[in-house]
Amino acid sequence: MPNDTILAAEDISHTYTGPGGDLPTLESVTLELSRESFVCLVGPSGCGKSTLLRILAGLLRPTTGQVRLEAQPITQPQRRIGIVFQKANLMPWRTVYSNLSLPLELARMPASEQEERTTAMLELTGLTGFADVYPAALSGGMAQRVAIGRALIHDPEVLLLDEPFGQLDALTREQMSGELLRIWARHRKTVLMVTHSIPEAVLLADRVLVMSPRPGRIICDLPVPLPRPRSLDLLHRPDFVALTERLRRSIHPA
Amino acid sequence: MDGKVFPHRHAEPRIGDRPGEAAGRPRLTPVFPRFRMVWWQFLLAPSLGAIILVLWEILARSGVYASFILPAPTDVVERWWSLASDGSLMRHGAVTLREVLSGLLIGLTAAFWLGYLIAKNRIAAYTLTPYLVALQAIPIVAIAPLLIIWFGSGIASKVIICALIVFFPALVNTIIGMRNIAPELRDLMHALEATPLQTFWHLELPAALPILLGGLKVSATLSVIGAVVGEFVSASEGLGYLINFGRGTYDTALVIAAVYTLSTLALTLYGLASLLEYILLDWQR
Ligand SMILES: Nc1ncnc2c1ncn2[C@@H]1O[C@H](COP(=O)(O)OP(=O)(O)O)[C@@H](O)[C@H]1O
Ligand SMILES: [Mg+2]
Repeated sequence: MPNDTILAAEDISHTYTGPGGDLPTLESVTLELSRESFVCLVGPSGCGKSTLLRILAGLLRPTTGQVRLEAQPITQPQRRIGIVFQKANLMPWRTVYSNLSLPLELARMPASEQEERTTAMLELTGLTGFADVYPAALSGGMAQRVAIGRALIHDPEVLLLDEPFGQLDALTREQMSGELLRIWARHRKTVLMVTHSIPEAVLLADRVLVMSPRPGRIICDLPVPLPRPRSLDLLHRPDFVALTERLRRSIHPA
Repeated sequence: MDGKVFPHRHAEPRIGDRPGEAAGRPRLTPVFPRFRMVWWQFLLAPSLGAIILVLWEILARSGVYASFILPAPTDVVERWWSLASDGSLMRHGAVTLREVLSGLLIGLTAAFWLGYLIAKNRIAAYTLTPYLVALQAIPIVAIAPLLIIWFGSGIASKVIICALIVFFPALVNTIIGMRNIAPELRDLMHALEATPLQTFWHLELPAALPILLGGLKVSATLSVIGAVVGEFVSASEGLGYLINFGRGTYDTALVIAAVYTLSTLALTLYGLASLLEYILLDWQR
């Protein structure tokens, strides 16, 4: 395990067992996330991406293998790892403000510091005017911004994102990628993000991992040597297009 | 609002679709017909009530029925007023109210914690559910005499009857409420290392609150029924006792006055429960 590795999966396999029989979902997955790197994970749907993320977050036990956060094996969820799901997953009875502050409340942070951080996070996510709004009144993009803010607010070192923009329309999605780049530039976290979109992966990531159909294995590990800071302008550059083509070919060989 | 249509969101035929309807074509009839607001619409229901009261008064005064069979509304009002002014309405009403509220409190508390346990613990669910289902099948009216034998004809037996009558609906509501909590939100609490107490307080309770409060409205009225059932079987005070007493002495005006007071009590409790719902569930508005 190289020194700058923060989160590592070591030879993870996973099988769902149920009354209908066993379903192998992951097969000896090994990966290492370097500190402050942005890694994207792509793969056909149903190949086990969400399962892998849940295992990395400590929400699910692998059948074999183990996950390490720095040197410690992970056996249960950790505040040092933040997670954002496909659905914004907000509490409908809490306002935007108190949805954001939930992790701080649970960590029993002093009230003044909670307020300071929540106000800062409202600003970072561009939600200042919506502090007292309930989630039912938010658009999909805004709700997902709250979810990302909530995952960042207690300053976890690793952020796991499971298709966070999967339910958004194409335009909002592109805009959200831009926002995520901006937020990540401010708060350098180690990010592992599952996405369906190849251009999104290339735009955001330092490295793109490709998974095979179920049972998922990592079949390609493609570095993205595009310069940072990046913006949506990148989408039309020839080296960007060339990288998306390479990635597409590794997902659909032949 | 007038003429607004509510097309179906889903075009596929679904269970319960009317047979004549072509699948795939949105139905353009309003689900609820809406009427235009007019200023006198609020007078309609009271007018109907007034007409019925006047007809009742005429019928009772015509002498077709003896007054112990059909007392006139004015007689009932008079009887109600005499009961109210000599304090007996207050006294009996207070007894019933105490039974109703104590029963509610005990029944709901027991149902909530047992429901919580059953929703969370599989062993508890498998062990207790058969007994709870069997117990629920017993009509409370039928075991009321038994409870009176065991717990006496005082207030305790009525409180138990009220508690039992609200227990089962509240239990089912609690279980449904707890099981309906999105697993993703549980994952979130888990990922944030929430303690069991924090999960209860910040997730389980607020998530189940709409169903619990919806159940409270039903329970409040059920509890009134429970108290009256108990008082019918054996009691020396309470509005149910008053009804029984009036029947025994052919004081029909008293019976009607007591019934009126009881339904006012039930409606007030229902209103308070609705108010609580309105205040606590402001996020749903
Ligand atoms: N809780 C579960 N129990 C059984 N099978 C599951 C469960 N969750 C997911 N699966 C199955 O495991 C496979 C991988 O699921 P998932 O990790 O969600 O895939 P992805 O996120 O890549 O689309 C799928 O075939 C899915 O149906
Ligand atoms: Mg998934």
